Amino acid sequence: MFARLVYESFRRQKRRKLLAGAAITLGVTVATAMIAVATDIGDKINRELRSLGANLVITPQEDSLDLEIGGVNLKPPTDGAFLNEADLPKIKGTFWHNNITAFAPVLPVNVSIERSGQTHDASLIGTYFAKRVIFGRDEFTTGVRTTNKWWKVTSGDWPDDNSRDILVGERLAAELGASAGDSLNISGRALRVAGILSTGGAEDNQIVAPLGLAQEILGRPGAIRRVYVSALTKPEDAFARRDPKSLSGAMYDRWYCSPYPQSIAFQLQEAIPNSHAEQIRQVAQNEGAVLTRIEGLILLITLAALFCSALAVSAAMATSVFERRAEVGLMKALGAGKWAVASFFLAEGALLALIAGSVGFAAGGLLAHRIGRSIFDSTISVSPVLLPVVLIVAIVVTFAGSATAIRRAVGLDPVFALRGEL
Amino acid sequence: MFLRMLFRAAVLRRGRAAAALLAVIVAAAVATAMLNLFVDVQAKLQREFRNYGANVILVGKDGASLPPDALQRAELILAGRGIAAPFAMVVARTSSGQPIVVFGVDFDRIRQLDRWWSVSQWPSRSQQALIGVRAVRAVAPKNQPFDLSFHGHTVKVTPAGTVQTGAAEDSRIYLSLADFAAWAGVQPSTIEVAANGSRQEVEAVLTQLSQALPEADVRPVRQIMEGEARVLGKTRLTLLAAVSLIILTAALCVLSTLMGWVFDRRRDFAIMKALGASGRLLNAFFAAEAAAVGATGAVVGFILGVGIATWIGRVNFHAPVSPRFSVLPVVFLGSVVVTLLSAILPISVLRRVQPAVILRGE
Repeated sequence: MFARLVYESFRRQKRRKLLAGAAITLGVTVATAMIAVATDIGDKINRELRSLGANLVITPQEDSLDLEIGGVNLKPPTDGAFLNEADLPKIKGTFWHNNITAFAPVLPVNVSIERSGQTHDASLIGTYFAKRVIFGRDEFTTGVRTTNKWWKVTSGDWPDDNSRDILVGERLAAELGASAGDSLNISGRALRVAGILSTGGAEDNQIVAPLGLAQEILGRPGAIRRVYVSALTKPEDAFARRDPKSLSGAMYDRWYCSPYPQSIAFQLQEAIPNSHAEQIRQVAQNEGAVLTRIEGLILLITLAALFCSALAVSAAMATSVFERRAEVGLMKALGAGKWAVASFFLAEGALLALIAGSVGFAAGGLLAHRIGRSIFDSTISVSPVLLPVVLIVAIVVTFAGSATAIRRAVGLDPVFALRGEL
Repeated sequence: MFLRMLFRAAVLRRGRAAAALLAVIVAAAVATAMLNLFVDVQAKLQREFRNYGANVILVGKDGASLPPDALQRAELILAGRGIAAPFAMVVARTSSGQPIVVFGVDFDRIRQLDRWWSVSQWPSRSQQALIGVRAVRAVAPKNQPFDLSFHGHTVKVTPAGTVQTGAAEDSRIYLSLADFAAWAGVQPSTIEVAANGSRQEVEAVLTQLSQALPEADVRPVRQIMEGEARVLGKTRLTLLAAVSLIILTAALCVLSTLMGWVFDRRRDFAIMKALGASGRLLNAFFAAEAAAVGATGAVVGFILGVGIATWIGRVNFHAPVSPRFSVLPVVFLGSVVVTLLSAILPISVLRRVQPAVILRGE
């Protein structure tokens, strides 16, 4: 009987059920999409923050001082210590290798360029552009095109990592009168200019070349000066700043297994022999602050969205129950008790919440996916674990919304309700 | 008569009218808070991004020093909308003959410009130096005073503290500008500027600076400016999506509550019609009622919403979000339109029905 009542109610009052169902669907859609966005926004913004450049640097442990002034390297190129290029793939073997989005080795060399009878001195930087690196069974692409997103090749194209082509900084190119496709005589080698590089930094006055070429000019195969590493990190807190040597076993494990800039630097140092890894504070310190702000903001906005959807659902339910006072009157006149009436409405509400909630969950997932695609060019997925939670919350909110209206409807004298005198 | 009907209707049916008004207030408050945040968040985040340091750099052309009044001219253009810090630099030698880069800077400005510097102790007296953590091992491992010489001039400096940044700063020595000029006789050749504001404002500053200082190369720091634009753009778009969803939900909430309210009063409607009220009068009556609810709700909601936005600003950005009165007309218009819509939709359904049918409760 009870089941039949509910069934008939759904069959005969399609318009009303559709209206209330639409409200629940919309509420759940917005709530699901916002929860998905809020849980993923930290990771997404963290990846965007990587466009500000590398946040970690690996240098040789015992290195002489840098002598760089206004972007000109005065340090004798053979002076000081080097890292070994062969060790680089080990970066991907560290505990937090999935958080390391890219790295780029650097080897500065001083060269002289002969151009129309004149000799210019310039710095040549050897690096990876988009090099395929193999570690174990993993293969990945890394280099300055990923770490330094603000580098642009204004004319020509990026050189191949295995070629002998170079990029010339735009100011240097203007000074030399060189353009893409030209051949330059650099330290006794005729090299083709693949493109003109614009960075807004010191590189505008330099030459950027594949690492192998720089090593050949320097005469030190396999040598690199330092490695810039771009890693997704967690904002630093007081615990992150502790010295790992002073931590006890469990605390040390927790420190080691948190993606703090410090712990990733520590692991890089372990992976690369005779190295010293450190955070680049300008990038690493500030991204934590920006990330925390944006995450906090989205969290608060998600709360507002949840509040609004809960309100929309309960308002729709209250209206739909209130409209059916006459039905309540009829049931009561036929001898139904308060509880029978209430449970009938609640069962209806629960069924509605389940159906509309599932539809809303699917729509919310789709919406989150669309938001991720159109804003971040990557997917935002909704974890299926969220479905039962969302459904339960939808039912609770539906009940809460109908409760007051049901109580009032049940409390009325059936006579008034039936005569429509309210 | 018309006004009295409006007024009495509101007073006598307090419960339902109050519920409708409450829905409008909540929706308007949420919409205000969200729009206010959306407008203000850009400025708030831009301020966070200025902690990344300079976004504009002025360098003397061909490595020459800048004119002595360059800093004043730059400051004049900035007019308080940013910080400018001068840098003078030479390669000096320590007493053991090791070359080292020495900078002359204004420590007070550096403290504001480069907030990420991890400094153990800032120099406070003359002849004191701030030394990079890598340089300190080479020049003053025991924190003792040391000599620096440049072109035959020697100066004795006392280490005040160390600076660690993870970048080139770690290999340098920093002196105050006055000490530096007296010793090396070199004027600043670089000014780093952190200009506040939106990308357009920064670009305007950039053009003004290059006009005011023709003897300098003025360049944007693309690394910072492009990264900032990217992150801000994405955040703004996400916010836009979230805010539109929230406002849509709030509007629908108002719509469903008010429609229920108006529909509920079909008996009033039928009686008025039976007593001979014209269709236009009825429309005007219900529309005026809805508009009144919408307008009142919008104003109260605006005040509440500004409060919410301020609170969010304080919690998240540690600075209040200033009320944007440009939001008020939008919220006002929005609520009136939504409430009018929610009155007109049910009325247009009811108008097709005979009053007798409604009055008999069918």
